[in-house]
Amino acid sequence: MSNVPSELKFLSSHEWVLIDGDVATIGVSDHAQELLGDLVFVELPELESALSAGDSAGVIESVKAASDTYAPVSGEVIEINSELEDSPERINDDPYGDGWMYKIKMEDPGEADDLLDADAYTESIAEDE
Amino acid sequence: MAQKTPLHQSHLQASAKMVDFAGWDMPIHYGSQLNEHKIVRSDAGMFDVSHMTVVDVAGSDAKSYLRYLLANDVDKLSIVGKALYSCMLNESGGIVDDLIVYWLSGDDYRVVINSATRDKDLDWLNQQASRFDALELTERDDVAMIAVQGPNAREKTLALFDPEQHSVILDLQRFAAVEVGDYFVARTGYTGEDGFELLMPNNMAALCWQTLLDAGVEPCGLGARDTLRLEAGMSLYGTDMDETTSPLISGLKWTLAMQDDHEFVGKQALVDEQSSGVKQRLVGLLLTDKGVLRNHLRVITDQGDGEITSGSYSPTLSRSIALARIPAGVSGEVEVEVRNKYLKAEIVKIPFVRQGKSCVTSGSMSNE
Repeated sequence: MSNVPSELKFLSSHEWVLIDGDVATIGVSDHAQELLGDLVFVELPELESALSAGDSAGVIESVKAASDTYAPVSGEVIEINSELEDSPERINDDPYGDGWMYKIKMEDPGEADDLLDADAYTESIAEDE
Repeated sequence: MAQKTPLHQSHLQASAKMVDFAGWDMPIHYGSQLNEHKIVRSDAGMFDVSHMTVVDVAGSDAKSYLRYLLANDVDKLSIVGKALYSCMLNESGGIVDDLIVYWLSGDDYRVVINSATRDKDLDWLNQQASRFDALELTERDDVAMIAVQGPNAREKTLALFDPEQHSVILDLQRFAAVEVGDYFVARTGYTGEDGFELLMPNNMAALCWQTLLDAGVEPCGLGARDTLRLEAGMSLYGTDMDETTSPLISGLKWTLAMQDDHEFVGKQALVDEQSSGVKQRLVGLLLTDKGVLRNHLRVITDQGDGEITSGSYSPTLSRSIALARIPAGVSGEVEVEVRNKYLKAEIVKIPFVRQGKSCVTSGSMSNE
């Protein structure tokens, strides 16, 4: 069973979101990194770019497959984890910590209410496991 | 129901992630495909390849049959135990399968073919056999196969044998095989590293696997096997070649024995293709930009489009590499279309990696 921290929110496409005030930190779930296997390339959104919830926000690629990632909330990209460029394996090693991908300053913090909570996400991946 | 090799239980015990491969339930990795790749390049890893198909060919017509069936020439096998890599072709010069044939002794040969093509291969072998009388084909589904690969593979494999057998094993030449006790030991592989491919009775496989584990050989899955063979520039049937591609456009001209006294299925088509000009070639690509090349991506050249046949990430080079079929005259740089972007890639000589070392000497690697 993969790890699904209860303090996080999720998309069914396997992104996790940590909400702190109006700042959302985004990564991909433990389950996603398990499915993909060893990651070898991460493409992040551009700093200061504006994303709307549901926009394509980059790509993560493992040895075997490429997977698009999507913005869970709308707003401006205020920070990216550029360490991932040289060390994409951080996502495998620590998906909820060192493997974070980028931060968005949310336009509407209320959007977070539309995300899945840990239980709902666990249920959504139960079929895969 | 997926087929299981005699090592299925061993894989589950080693926490393998199992996937369907051509109807077989096979390990894709045991935790990290990248680590398994690196172990084979630096130490010793083992692969369960019992899904491969083994056919023994016997009878006084065996040699004539194999000379007719194969585009390489078994007449080159001058020493008992020697192995030969070859394609077998259809009448149009397309590749039915690629294989290794071993000369066992006298009129006895052993052919190892792919598992994904087993049924059509056996049909083809039987169909071509109808021209010959003194011939016996026997599928050996009573044997399992383990490939032990890496710079320390040969030394660690000795754990399977008695001390008095060691010299026979260590003296074995590259691309040759010898029977030692119940084992058929071949110094062959699909990784670009030294090592053995071991055949043994099915009921010995689990003990063999455990003995190798105890000797420090790490289990490796089909995922690492694919990146290893790609770095080694070795073609994969069904991906880099198939029934619609000839060896001439698949980087396999070196496997053709075209001399006058060697008649074989598909030869005339190859002669015709050569005389009308070979239109494409299979090349190595090294991605200069960031990203990962994948199978079937479009390659854009100044002489028309080509296609990536095998693309992945090279753990040894920390770059993406690929095999691609492109117009014959192209050299230098090309572009690859990846999700509506055009990434630069350089045509490089294959193999990319041999015996743990990068063979790529292109300008783009010189800063590393």
